[in-house]
Amino acid sequence: MSIIMDVMKTAVRLAPGSWLPGGTPDPLMNKHGLIGKPASRIDGPLKVQGKARFAAEVSLPGLVYASLLYSTIARGRIATLETAEAEAAPGVALVMTYRNAPRMAPPPLMMSAPKAAGASGLPIMQDAEIRWNGQPVALVLAQTQEQADHAVSLIRVTYAVAPAVTSFDAAKAKARTPENILGEPSSIEIGDAEKALKDAAFKVDLIYRTPRHNHNAIELHAATVAWNGDQLTVHDATQMVNGTAWTLAQVFGVKEEQVRVLSPYVGGGFGGKGLGDHQILAIAASRLSGRPVRILLSREGVYRVVGGRTTTEQRVALGAKPDGTLAALIHTGVAATPTRNVCPEQFSFPARHLYAANAIKVAQQVTDMDMLANIFMRAPGESVGTYALECAIDELAEAMQLDPIELRRRIEPEKDPTSGTPFSSRHLVEAYRHGAERFGWDRRDPTPRSRREGEWLIGMGCATATYPYYRMPGGAARIRLTADGRAIVQMASHEMGMGTATVQAQHAAERLGLEYEKVSFEYGDTSLPSGTLAGGSSQTASIAAAIIAVSEVLTKELLKLAGNDSPLAGLKPDEVEARDGGLCHVDEPGRFESYVSILKRAHRDELVCEAEAPQPFEMWKYSMHSYGAQFCEVRVNAVTGEIRVSRFLGSFDCGRILNAKTATSQFKGGIIMGLGLALSEETLFDERSGRIMNPSLAEYHVPVHMDVPAIEVIWTDIPDPHSPLGAHGIGEIGITGVGAAVANAVYNATGKRIRELPITLDKLL
Amino acid sequence: MTARTIHFTLNGAPVTADIKPHHNLVELLQTHFGLTGARESCGQGLCGCCTVLVDGRAVSGCLFLAVRIDGTEVVTIEGLDAGGKLNPMQEAFVETGAFQCGYCTPGFILMANQLLDAHPDPDDDQIRHYLSGNLCRCAAYPQIIDAVKLAAKKRKTIAA
Repeated sequence: MSIIMDVMKTAVRLAPGSWLPGGTPDPLMNKHGLIGKPASRIDGPLKVQGKARFAAEVSLPGLVYASLLYSTIARGRIATLETAEAEAAPGVALVMTYRNAPRMAPPPLMMSAPKAAGASGLPIMQDAEIRWNGQPVALVLAQTQEQADHAVSLIRVTYAVAPAVTSFDAAKAKARTPENILGEPSSIEIGDAEKALKDAAFKVDLIYRTPRHNHNAIELHAATVAWNGDQLTVHDATQMVNGTAWTLAQVFGVKEEQVRVLSPYVGGGFGGKGLGDHQILAIAASRLSGRPVRILLSREGVYRVVGGRTTTEQRVALGAKPDGTLAALIHTGVAATPTRNVCPEQFSFPARHLYAANAIKVAQQVTDMDMLANIFMRAPGESVGTYALECAIDELAEAMQLDPIELRRRIEPEKDPTSGTPFSSRHLVEAYRHGAERFGWDRRDPTPRSRREGEWLIGMGCATATYPYYRMPGGAARIRLTADGRAIVQMASHEMGMGTATVQAQHAAERLGLEYEKVSFEYGDTSLPSGTLAGGSSQTASIAAAIIAVSEVLTKELLKLAGNDSPLAGLKPDEVEARDGGLCHVDEPGRFESYVSILKRAHRDELVCEAEAPQPFEMWKYSMHSYGAQFCEVRVNAVTGEIRVSRFLGSFDCGRILNAKTATSQFKGGIIMGLGLALSEETLFDERSGRIMNPSLAEYHVPVHMDVPAIEVIWTDIPDPHSPLGAHGIGEIGITGVGAAVANAVYNATGKRIRELPITLDKLL
Repeated sequence: MTARTIHFTLNGAPVTADIKPHHNLVELLQTHFGLTGARESCGQGLCGCCTVLVDGRAVSGCLFLAVRIDGTEVVTIEGLDAGGKLNPMQEAFVETGAFQCGYCTPGFILMANQLLDAHPDPDDDQIRHYLSGNLCRCAAYPQIIDAVKLAAKKRKTIAA
């Protein structure tokens, strides 16, 4: 399989770009109509009235409520389990443990099959084994949530404790190199980087540490589920409706088409809303009890069963020549992982694509710890990888007495440094130039502690943001063009707040030459044509490619339907374009017929077309990434060490921006989550017991309004000629580079390099 | 625990409910009245997601005992619009793009209305300070400042 893939990749790389699907730039790429307009969110009115119904708000007749009991040890076996008191408690419909849970196959591990969505691939409540601290050991169903929670408190469990690996330091000593990191090589070596480093005129060789993080979406994880015979309906909060449906079918031994997953609104995802134990247990309990079930995790419950970003230790070593180019670039390290997991926190990815160097070494290892499976969290890898890499760049620039932006300009590569493929669209230097101008970078004094106002030391820092362009294979879109000239576009995709439906309605309207108000976008339901997951900032391009494909089919079908009595008679699809609610000849605007007219003459109520997006070969042909230059100004109190970010600017290069309003929100939201990563966020993991010690919003500090300064975002708006609409996804780029921009600003203010996140005041005193 | 009957006004209509003394306001609104706009998220009274107005004052519904609303006037996000016509704050949130997922939005809107009642013309820092008890993980904070200022203008236009 991998040999075939390698041959295909090579073939694609060698083929002329114009041969590939999307090889000619999308004609809408430069069109200024609806694309780019700051349209307000389509679902806005519903959401401000509190009327958007989330997964835990769907009501079903006869619903019972679930509550979970979590293990308090990391490794071992359940020795005794007393459930009689809970079973006799008021309102209880079922107590489920490994003894009576239905036999279920483990959920296929993500990436093991196209639609596999399992986070860990471990069996769920099938035996007495305990594999992490917090693993569900019992589930209670009752008439009310209160009764279920009470009954859970009556269950008594004792454990036969086994030795567990819960210390990252101990696990690191036995770290191993996995076969691959998300399909990419675990390590790459070009030249002898260690030797080049040794011989370099200027060098830094540093260790950076980053902690665990949790997504903390404000919506708690929830599902409302019901069986009807072998038909399963799941009202879920998920970023992967199709993946969830397919995986659940494997777990419960039914057909994929017997599972319907609906998820029209998701109250924040950030990578954390996938398929976990909670949905599977609720579905199992529903099957066992014959009742529809609601599961709504408590905030603590989310921490126990939904993993987050894991801790990393990274070495970055840079060696530079006197002219400011890099002789050596080394980025290696290890991320804490359990044995079976596909989320290795790919921190070494930025260094593979960002800068030119004569010799490069990147290598990433994982551990075998007894802990909850990691789950992707916003810019997995890039968020913490850029912290290490971009701090080291700043340290090198200082060692060379060179402006850090100038250093980056000198190491700007001409092609991808490790794959050798050409960049599809890269304007990082330009993003830095615009950003520096706008931010007033020239007012920065490179000498630390040189700016002070009373007790406050003031500093500026910058860092590169980067995130790959991904487009997922396999999505299909349907268009229903109705006799009154409206279009309904359908694809089982997701809306966690990014503006999916709004932006794709703008896109489809422009593509079909319809007014924005005449187009609607339906999503979040597996009864629609299969979509792709909302992850890796891939959804916008993935949906757009499917809409392009189905629009082409629609044009062909319309021309057939128009027939010989139409002004369009005899025209081929590439001779017409969509405009003013119909089709017209590209060069003779007079040869026009509206959709309404075509359908009316053909006596049709609607025309329905469906098509799948072409394979994302552009990702093989080109090195495709989004970029940004992040600028931060901090004020650090010289007496107390208090750190306040006083100004922030993000200058982005992410292809064409499709909706200025929703894009601004995504960029700023990413930056703010990055401020949390830089200054306050940390999931505390007890290295003795393997237990998460701060499972609450009181003790895990997400940014609040007072933490957020004035933030400005600007963008190049240069379309990528190789992506649909010239656009890149932008959900993740905002968080990248922020940690380093803050750390570099803190150094400029105080003269202290903080190489371990979060940068809290105790580290500055 | 013994049930008791409470009488109160909910979004303008007089209502009655049989509750237990330990039930909180979110449970009451969701289970008795099917109102889900006030949502529990942190369960500790610190995120503002469950904000409800009791006699015009914003409270955290997850910590507010339902018995205490006996005889009061309760307004939830569902009662803010006038027969489908959005309240100026709701309009301002939509127009400025002051949310992404919209889950925390009801709490923000109710709290922001109270902010404007107290400070009709707030500056950025007043808004940040007043709304720091409401968490938004999508982090639409900058746009929320814009929304509150826009709503302040809309209120003045209506008053004038």
